[in-house]
Amino acid sequence: MTLLDSLLSALDSLRANMLRTALTTLGIVIGVAAVIAMVAIGVGAERRMQDLIRGLGANVMVVINGTSIGGGARRGAGTRPALTMNDAVALERQVPSIQVAAGAVGGTGQVIYGNTNWFTRIEGVSNGYLESRDWSLASGRGFSGAEERSAGKVAVIGQTVAEKLFEGGDPVGRTVRIMRVPFTVIGTLHAKGQTPWGRDLDDVIFLPLTTAKKRVLGGRAVRGDYLDSITVKARSAELVEQTEEEVTEVLRQRHRIRPDNPDDFIVRNIAQIVEARAESQRTMAFLLASVAGVSLLVGGIGIMNIMLVSVTERTREIGLRMAVGAARRDIMVQFVIEAVALSLIGGLIGIALGAGGTLLAAEVAGWQMVVAPSAIALAVGFSGAVGVFFGWYPALKASRLDPIEALRHE
Amino acid sequence: MSDPIIVTRSLARDYRVGTQVVHALLGLDVAIERGDFVAIMGPSGSGKSTSMHLLGCLDTPSSGTYLLDGEDVSGLDRDALSSLRNRKIGFVFQSFNLLPRATAQRNVELPLIYGRVPRAERRRRAAEALAAVGLADRAHHLPTQLSGGQMQRVAIARALVNDPVLILADEPTGALDTRTGTEIMELFQRLNRSGITVILVTHEAEVARFARRVLHFRDGALVTDQLNVAPARAEAGAE
Repeated sequence: MTLLDSLLSALDSLRANMLRTALTTLGIVIGVAAVIAMVAIGVGAERRMQDLIRGLGANVMVVINGTSIGGGARRGAGTRPALTMNDAVALERQVPSIQVAAGAVGGTGQVIYGNTNWFTRIEGVSNGYLESRDWSLASGRGFSGAEERSAGKVAVIGQTVAEKLFEGGDPVGRTVRIMRVPFTVIGTLHAKGQTPWGRDLDDVIFLPLTTAKKRVLGGRAVRGDYLDSITVKARSAELVEQTEEEVTEVLRQRHRIRPDNPDDFIVRNIAQIVEARAESQRTMAFLLASVAGVSLLVGGIGIMNIMLVSVTERTREIGLRMAVGAARRDIMVQFVIEAVALSLIGGLIGIALGAGGTLLAAEVAGWQMVVAPSAIALAVGFSGAVGVFFGWYPALKASRLDPIEALRHE
Repeated sequence: MSDPIIVTRSLARDYRVGTQVVHALLGLDVAIERGDFVAIMGPSGSGKSTSMHLLGCLDTPSSGTYLLDGEDVSGLDRDALSSLRNRKIGFVFQSFNLLPRATAQRNVELPLIYGRVPRAERRRRAAEALAAVGLADRAHHLPTQLSGGQMQRVAIARALVNDPVLILADEPTGALDTRTGTEIMELFQRLNRSGITVILVTHEAEVARFARRVLHFRDGALVTDQLNVAPARAEAGAE
């Protein structure tokens, strides 16, 4: 008996019991839909992480100020000014694995151009900051050394700010006012996209560090020589861990921290931050994997049950097939194929449901999820395997029937 | 008459029921000539069903030998017997045993499917077999759309389609009214005249009189073996 003949006869018998077929496949449908969603979430998380690492740089770490204690209350990260521009310079000089170390101070403010305005992040950065973030210019130029030293009134703006203020016009050479101070836009940046938690990286204006401290963000906690953060870029991703240790060592020395005292700064690795986000998606995927596993198991048992019923119902048919020449293997193949057809039908419905649900969730919840062809292959493989595994015993039972007994069966 | 298609020597079949051994067939010695039309008769428990199962290669004997078409089949395993049945024997049952969801055509094709006959040839041969039983115009009907007599004709076409050397019919008229039954017997006689050996199992003398030779079984043994010098000619008015 050829496979095609077996398949046709399997579909025939499944069609004869439509409702039964539908109910039996339900477990597989749910299982496969869960497999699809699980892989979609997993792949989405992975891809998002890679995008982010590409966007922020896997070999980048950020050093921020440590916590301060005032009257017994700990005030949180970044509240104790400790980092200075001299620290950044020293790091770059003393740690060979550092490619660039750049200082930054940040705040927010209203930016005005003509009769439009926009509220955005304002970052004062030292030379090398954009390099440390692998952030390239879309037009114009970056800050010159002279502008840095003389606190020049120049700005480099992010893509979002460019769109909001200039609405398609060329911002380079225009004058914007930040806190009533006029600045000349000398460059615009390429788009970076969003962080996993939805912050728009392109909604920012960069000023020279000195300018920001002196003319815009003055009077804040960033007094004197202090910085909000130092962005450190290691020469390669493999060097990140080693660099982190050396940065810690150098800064502890410079800040004269005794061995048993805690650091007055915090080193954050961007890969770690992203990892934490990916973790929650991974938990979700694990949950779905459990649902998928249980559903496929229950679905498989359902298929086995129905196949056993089917073998009993069709005992005479089996006897007749044997009488006219079916070998045991022919009967075996017929029933295994029927079980596989049953589970594959469930699998296909499950794929449609899972893919639809995934796309809907991606749309509604804004999760990044990807229906990968590999997930569909996996689902088809899984449901087929369930059919073979759970169809085997009923098929074996059918093939072992005695033709005489089977023909007599009422 | 010296070309036997069936030769059995001391063919016996025992069953174990619990701790008891039932001797269903005690040792059958019989030879059936090629092209003969034989009726096997006897009450239930006489061994007629057991001998039919053995002659039809559905069962293997406990002892003795069975030569079918010159080949010793007594020691063959299940799959070899399946293949043998497929090539040499056509079965007709009392309850037709058609696949309910398959058309007449596909029912007739079934033995060819297991004989690994290519699709196109399968179609052609099934159509021929249906034409031979007078059902060429019913090829695409389902069994539920056919009368009892028509269903049995489909079953006979299925038995014929593999060009068997032997047709075994187990109470083929048992589920039919007398007139339809006679029509079916007429068909068997016609097939027999074309050279096919027919063995008919029945408990009705009315049916057995169409055969040329009648074997009577009782208590697991062959008791009488009569030649029917002038078998009745089944002639249904409707033919």
